[in-house]
Amino acid sequence: MPIRGRLGIRLLLAGLVCVLVLSCISALAFGPAVIPQSYVWSIVGKHLGFAMPEDWSRSQEHIVWLIRAPRVVLGALVGAGLAMVGVALQAVTRNPLADPHLLGVSSGAAFGAVLVVLYLGEFAGVFSLPLAAFLGALGSMLLVLAVARRRGQLESDRLLLAGVAVSFVLMAMVNLLLFTGDHHAAASVVFWMLGGLGGARWDVLWLPGICVVAGLFALLAMARGLNALMSGEQTAVSLGFNGKGLRLQAFICTSLLTGVLVSLSGAIGFVGLMVPHVARALVGAEHRRLIPVAALLGALFLVWVDVAARTLIAPEDLPIGIATAALGGLFFLVMLRR
Amino acid sequence: MSTLSIEGLSWAVEVRRGAPRWLLRGIGLQVNEGEFVGLIGPNGSGKTSLLRCAYRSTTPARGHLCLDGEDLWQRSARWSAQRIAVVLQEFPQEFGLTVKDVVAMGRAPHKGLFDADTSEDARHVAQALEHVGLSTYAGQAFATLSGGEKQRVLLARALVQQPGLLILDEPTNHLDPRYQLELLRHLRGLGLSILASFHDLNLAAAFCDRIYVIAEGEIVARGTPAEVLTAELIEQVFGVKALVDRHPLHAYPRVTWIT
Repeated sequence: MPIRGRLGIRLLLAGLVCVLVLSCISALAFGPAVIPQSYVWSIVGKHLGFAMPEDWSRSQEHIVWLIRAPRVVLGALVGAGLAMVGVALQAVTRNPLADPHLLGVSSGAAFGAVLVVLYLGEFAGVFSLPLAAFLGALGSMLLVLAVARRRGQLESDRLLLAGVAVSFVLMAMVNLLLFTGDHHAAASVVFWMLGGLGGARWDVLWLPGICVVAGLFALLAMARGLNALMSGEQTAVSLGFNGKGLRLQAFICTSLLTGVLVSLSGAIGFVGLMVPHVARALVGAEHRRLIPVAALLGALFLVWVDVAARTLIAPEDLPIGIATAALGGLFFLVMLRR
Repeated sequence: MSTLSIEGLSWAVEVRRGAPRWLLRGIGLQVNEGEFVGLIGPNGSGKTSLLRCAYRSTTPARGHLCLDGEDLWQRSARWSAQRIAVVLQEFPQEFGLTVKDVVAMGRAPHKGLFDADTSEDARHVAQALEHVGLSTYAGQAFATLSGGEKQRVLLARALVQQPGLLILDEPTNHLDPRYQLELLRHLRGLGLSILASFHDLNLAAAFCDRIYVIAEGEIVARGTPAEVLTAELIEQVFGVKALVDRHPLHAYPRVTWIT
């Protein structure tokens, strides 16, 4: 039975926030080098300004605070962002199978990444790959919008088709470049395309942080409009919403957010498609409840999947896209069977 | 209560290469305060298009639409949604909205971006649900309701918009005779200005103060049910023979199809 009362929702949100914070900290203990939970909590405490007895080694502190912590935070941000984007896109396209990669954003990002790795080199230092991926995402998004617009109208059906078509063309070009290019470099692109949080560093986290928070507020501001759009174009108009304008806003907002996230973490599948459905089963489809719950669930999901990615084939890193798809898919199959 | 007046309204769909196809031509229509106005006409005659123009969904090519003396197109969509509520044949998709969620959407035109629902909003929703006799359904999933119940939920949503004018597109579709009559009596009892399209001529005759007849995008007759619903007009507009006499119990006309 879905939770719908005001008090129930508040308790659920508070509970999810607590579980997320606890998960983020305990997730720091897992990885190729196992570090005891007590050390992890003390190290986090120390960096938050508490006086702690320092009985751990310097390398353990380095691993926990400089390698794993930004990775966990990036995982939470990416999970939250992709889940929100999925919720919004499913509402505006009225299609329960819509997901963040549908509008060609991810293939555009992959195209940008391939160009940098194989041909351009590090034109902007460590930011070359994310920057090129973001520019690619932006380019493909604009291309999709331009193709889908007809006589000033933006219909969701055309948009989905345009997104799929642009994706296929871009992926064909990506694959062509990979096939003809240097195989060693190609392997690193493929690894990036499968998704990974390994590149996370404290000094780049501000960007996805700001984007996810801004995206959350933007989508919450659209929540009533998303409810109306989900019911249909005419209903949205009769309730005082400009259906076309609102849809365009939602597409631009979600594409930009996806572009930023994909450029940092690669194309992580499944989260944006399935987390919204799990969240709907929990709290129903009303977007003012659904968006925050989906964001928290997405964050929680990705934090733990990343733990699996770090440990399953340790010391190697499993690309997280493989882990989300495999674990998420199995979880969903179990849910369907029940 | 509001008045709606439409003058010289025309609307065309653009056709690629070629002259535009005019689907509404020179429409004039007036809904006075508290009046129940019916719109009848064959399929494809332009009923739905005309209603869409009236609630600001399609932009007419020519003509004026005024609500309470103000040009509707000079005002925002939100402004008109605070004054005009619409009951359509468009049901929310199966995404798991409850009856209460659907009805509460009607408060949207009165709310700012981040406004939470207040106890006043909750009261409006509860009242509207009671009004349509669905109080006990509030927590149920909208998708599980029957067609008639859905229709009544959408009416409840229109009521929480607190409109002056109510526009309904074939409101009695999906309803069995009992709910058809209940709904229309109910609408009459609201005291709102109402513009509704009908397929069933006898229902239009029984409940409307005045009727407009639309055929091929033009208003071809207007007046009280007794003035408009004649055997000649019905044959001319709908292309079927009918016998029109007086309802045995009331003053309005009765249409019997000659089959």
